[in-house]
Amino acid sequence: MVEFALPKNSKITGGKTWPKPVGATETREFKVYRWNPDDGKNPGIDTYHIDINDCGPMVLDGLIWIKNHIDPTLTFRRSCREGVCGSCAMNIDGQNTLACTKSMHDVKDGAVKVNPLPHQPVVKDLVPDLTNFYAQYASIEPWLKTTTPTPQKEWRQSHEDREKLDGLYECILCACCSTSCPSYWWNSDRYLGPAALLQANRWVKDSRDEATGERLDNLEDPFRLYRCHTIMNCAKACPKGLNPAEAIAELKLKLVERQI
Amino acid sequence: MNAPKSPSMRTPLARVRSLGSSHSGTSDFWRQRVTAVAMTVLIVPVIVVVLMLIGSNQAGAKQIFSSLPIAIIMLLFIVASAWHMKIGMQVVIEDYVHNEKIKLASVMANNFFCIAVALASIYAILKMSSGV
Repeated sequence: MVEFALPKNSKITGGKTWPKPVGATETREFKVYRWNPDDGKNPGIDTYHIDINDCGPMVLDGLIWIKNHIDPTLTFRRSCREGVCGSCAMNIDGQNTLACTKSMHDVKDGAVKVNPLPHQPVVKDLVPDLTNFYAQYASIEPWLKTTTPTPQKEWRQSHEDREKLDGLYECILCACCSTSCPSYWWNSDRYLGPAALLQANRWVKDSRDEATGERLDNLEDPFRLYRCHTIMNCAKACPKGLNPAEAIAELKLKLVERQI
Repeated sequence: MNAPKSPSMRTPLARVRSLGSSHSGTSDFWRQRVTAVAMTVLIVPVIVVVLMLIGSNQAGAKQIFSSLPIAIIMLLFIVASAWHMKIGMQVVIEDYVHNEKIKLASVMANNFFCIAVALASIYAILKMSSGV
């Protein structure tokens, strides 16, 4: 059966409360998931207080402040700090989102609670292991596939056809959607998940691509595609405002269309 | 879910591709929608029939079911709902039961149960409508 409880070694036990910064007049409490693969201990939630007058407004700013001023061992991914790279995806205040675009002031009540993306193996602290997620993306073959010889200059596309890719091409593969999906939690070994399916739809809808049928063949499977039960967590979680559930519905519609 | 375990030496892509696509699922997806729409339409006359049956004895019920439109509506409703139930329950089993043997046995039992329920109901409706 599906495991509804965390494995014994993943249960959260305790955590350290770090002293408040000396001289700070206004502080904000952060509760951050910590797990070190090397110490053999269970994960814990550490409590930090950041000086908000010495720190930027975003949750990522807070985490960087903690790393620079309190605890250099705190581990997380980050790069662009402007919602383009998708590296700092994590669960903040119960919602998967990007730490760099989530303001800590939008977390209204109490501490800012920061956890790694749900239901993924943890490498360390806030860093999830997304190997399976990336392999699923690779499995949809996210590149232009053509049989017609490549034109001298470029593959041409009308403005109308290009517009069909809006709402799809913006995906940054941060994994917020897939890791918020209960269906993905239970069946991520076989279900491709919202991110990979949105990307699949991006190539199915690309007017320049000549492998549409082959792509749909690859997706037509009770697990790969039809594990989507329109729960819509993906659309709620997407920090780019995309709608993977709609993209999946479009794929299902195309499969019905070619059969009926 | 800490301490990632490597179940095999296969590459992540090989694990994702696994046995490949089954090229199925669309028929069930479509049938589930067709039966849902059918039930939405049929539920109104079915409720009316059920209300008509309240307080009537077997003879009265037989008289109601002897009407051809009523018998057909009830038969259609049973077929649509049993089919819908079969597909829906199979989805739940596939979602939550991960042991292959138990899953296959559960899907088989689900098929048997839905067919039995459908046949028993159809038999009852035909018997009532024929006045036997």
